[in-house]
Amino acid sequence: MVSAALLSLVAVGCLLAMEALHRAAWPERGPYTAVVTWQALGLAWGVSTIGALLAYGLSSYELGALGGLLALARDAVTGELLSAELAQGAEGVSHIAAVALALALALVLFYGLVSSFVHVMRVRRRHHDLIELVASEHPDVPGARVLDHPAAAAYCLPGVLRSQVVISAGAMEVLDHRELAAVLAHERAHLRQRHDLVLLPFSSLKRAFPHVRLIRSYYESVALLIEMCADDQAQRRSSRRELATALLRFGAAGPAPVPAGAMAALEQPQSGVMRRVDRLLHPGKELPYHAGAVIMGSSAFLLAAITCLWHLPL
Amino acid sequence: MTRLGELERAVMDVLWAKNEPMTVREVGKALAERDLAHTTVMTVLDRLAKKKVVTRAREGRAWRYRPAASREAYVSELMFDALGQTGDRDAALAAFVQSMDGKEAEALRRALAETEQSRN
Repeated sequence: MVSAALLSLVAVGCLLAMEALHRAAWPERGPYTAVVTWQALGLAWGVSTIGALLAYGLSSYELGALGGLLALARDAVTGELLSAELAQGAEGVSHIAAVALALALALVLFYGLVSSFVHVMRVRRRHHDLIELVASEHPDVPGARVLDHPAAAAYCLPGVLRSQVVISAGAMEVLDHRELAAVLAHERAHLRQRHDLVLLPFSSLKRAFPHVRLIRSYYESVALLIEMCADDQAQRRSSRRELATALLRFGAAGPAPVPAGAMAALEQPQSGVMRRVDRLLHPGKELPYHAGAVIMGSSAFLLAAITCLWHLPL
Repeated sequence: MTRLGELERAVMDVLWAKNEPMTVREVGKALAERDLAHTTVMTVLDRLAKKKVVTRAREGRAWRYRPAASREAYVSELMFDALGQTGDRDAALAAFVQSMDGKEAEALRRALAETEQSRN
């Protein structure tokens, strides 16, 4: 029971920490550190919640979460635990419910991740196939593909063997030579650092719980930080100003018609694009090295602590 | 681009240029300067059919192939995906800037004007 209480405490702590991180100002100064922290907190929340439910539900074994789980696997065939718990009345039933909830949560999270991955792969394959058929090459954008469309768009299509940066004719129209280079550098940074994989757990959560506002706003938050990571990479080669004006030109070239229903997600006090522009034009102090180290260290400690609590036979 | 990919593209260009369904032989003839074997053209059309970008219908003893959609329709589909308007902005593709509403675009236009002014 001690481990169940401690794990619940950690799970609640993770939720509070995520909310704090969502509101904090420092992530824009150190987007890499912030993204890693988001991932650590998300993972910690999932593992500690499942652990707490298991530790409580299997407390009759007095083996903790992991030991209890192993014992359950042995007993599952005979159904001994089930009958013993049912004989105990209400408390026994709550134990069984906790275990069922833990298994369901684990299943939903795992299924969400896998189905998200499969879906993304399918969309990408189709997209790749079509790009090969209709996009052309252009001397102004070496290595990228050009789509002959008047709207402004630039994006990357990740893949192990065939990753691709794609830009539309409309985007080439509004950007000058150096802005174009900055945009390409930004997209290549996404591909090089496989930002799509970084975002995948969050997008799969969003897919599993599409109506949970909190998850969606956390997802948006991480997605924006990842854009900032790519901006930081791009401005090593190009100037901040070029990247910022490129962003503004893209936005100003719009608005692309947005279907009803998609608007809600965009209603933010300050749009993500504007925050990126602000950050590029008026760079604040970067997150100090020691602060980053402390944050990373705490994340690692958190995960280690949860692992220990899973093993705690109390 | 792979050789097959390049061939697929050439075959699609032929099909798009012609407004009616074509047989394997006709496609091969249209690409005569490439001197392709009949089976090669067949393979390419088969691959395109598997990718669902061409449809085929039997006419007499031969299959006739035609594009499943126009080139413009595919370009639009790609742009639609890229701008995240397909309803799932799932970062399958990370767009440089996602599509935005009119108010946002207006704010960006103003900011752009200010930025350009301060540069001059």
